[in-house]
Amino acid sequence: MARELLKGNVAIAEAAVRAGCEAYFGYPITPQTELLEYMSARMPELGRVFLQAESEVAAINMVYGAACAGVQVMSSSSSPGVSLMQEGLSYIAGSEVPCVIVDVMRGGPGLGNILPSQSDYFQVTKSAGHGDYHPIVLAPSSVQEAIDFTMLAFELSRKYRHIVVIAADGQIGQMMEPAELPDMLPYPQPRPDWAVTGAKGRNKNVVTSLYMNADEEEAFNIRLQKKLEVIRAIEQRSDEFATDDAELLVVGYGTSGRIAMSAVQKKKKKGLKVGLFRPKTIYPFPEKRLAELAEQVEMCLVVEMNAGQMVEDVRLAVNGVVPVEFYGRMGGNIPMPDELLRVIERYYAYSAVLA
Amino acid sequence: MQEEFVFSGFGGQGVMFAGQLLAYTAMDEGLEVTWIPSYGPEMRGGTAHCFVVISDKVIGSPLVARPMNGIIFNKPSFDKYEHDIAIGGRLVVNTSLVPQKSSRNDIEIININATDIAYELGDAKLTNMVLLGALLRQHSVLPIQALERALDAHIPKHRRHLLEKNYRAIERGAELMRA
Repeated sequence: MARELLKGNVAIAEAAVRAGCEAYFGYPITPQTELLEYMSARMPELGRVFLQAESEVAAINMVYGAACAGVQVMSSSSSPGVSLMQEGLSYIAGSEVPCVIVDVMRGGPGLGNILPSQSDYFQVTKSAGHGDYHPIVLAPSSVQEAIDFTMLAFELSRKYRHIVVIAADGQIGQMMEPAELPDMLPYPQPRPDWAVTGAKGRNKNVVTSLYMNADEEEAFNIRLQKKLEVIRAIEQRSDEFATDDAELLVVGYGTSGRIAMSAVQKKKKKGLKVGLFRPKTIYPFPEKRLAELAEQVEMCLVVEMNAGQMVEDVRLAVNGVVPVEFYGRMGGNIPMPDELLRVIERYYAYSAVLA
Repeated sequence: MQEEFVFSGFGGQGVMFAGQLLAYTAMDEGLEVTWIPSYGPEMRGGTAHCFVVISDKVIGSPLVARPMNGIIFNKPSFDKYEHDIAIGGRLVVNTSLVPQKSSRNDIEIININATDIAYELGDAKLTNMVLLGALLRQHSVLPIQALERALDAHIPKHRRHLLEKNYRAIERGAELMRA
């Protein structure tokens, strides 16, 4: 398969098509719009469903409906649009139907701006709607990973009958990089046996998030929590570099993770004992591996494009074993490589004192 | 090896495409590359810019505070980027639309009246190709032939009839550097 120069938003859209996405519902918003634009041409060309809804609220409820019918479905948006989707997402989680949602995060809160940000980490990983659940959240750091994670997202959403969010940011959405697309998967996939497809000749399927009885609602919640426990046990994914002798462990995901990677590589070359830990799933957070690494290093430094959100999960995983420091940029600002070099130098000096 | 390029000018001057063509060239030559546009309010007027990073290793950041190379299409872009170029880097200046001279003596200044040349070749839209020709003649990060191959390989079908004109613009930009 040849390398192509692909824009992140377009790469995610085409990967979704190849993963077997049968229906797309969405509403335009920068910096995600190229994804919807690409789908508006590509889906009809293949005889699949593309529909631009009247709002994000409508779009997510269309996703819900299609998902209940066992259709492989996706939507995409950016921060304020994903806020509008919260209610629908909760119904989807409560009904245990699969869907893929792409959030190309931008500066906030409020209308904010259209520049890259990671300030919706809490929103996407902690609930993405009311009720006791977490979606599975994948955080790509390159166009290639955006493609790979889109393929994985459809697979995991089917496997667990659960929401999978691809949490990208404006930079991943807007940049072009050489990447390879996979072959088209067999299409269409058979409808799952739980789906609401018309009950003629079989028993009725019921897909609902409504349990009027407290015991039934609790029983459902227990089942949902057991599913999340399985997800936490087997779906934690991360990448690491130079962790074997690291004294300072830099932790970052997505765009901040990849910029941290080049800073760490430069410092490593100069003989500093610096390593990088990059979560690829931010829910489930890769706590098992990070807890192991915390036993080997002197200090963790978390780098994010927000005021400090993932740093809370890092602190839970590290559990006080070593200090966890934080460096963040906000408002659509991206940390520059030189800036991170200086930050790493400063914290490396502290970690050397601890060592 | 890592080289960063900022392309900056008015919307409609082919700024984004110039960057993309350099990115395609780098990819086809087997290098790693990133291209990232300005996608903010600039899209609705004012200056538009894109960053291209070329490397033989995995690229960390597609944005850099101090790029090695600036390809400047107009005066607002000159004002914005003249002092951002890294020491030892270079600035390709479209003197057709940039009246002032750079005050920097720690970078190479490549002056070329690219829009005038583009008009001579029959189309102001060739400005971007003239500038790319001049850049790659002065800085052999990628061969000019590779740029032309990339143009042939990636130009959209409905624009293929413009291929020869674009080659001429690239070559003219390069020739004027030799003179």
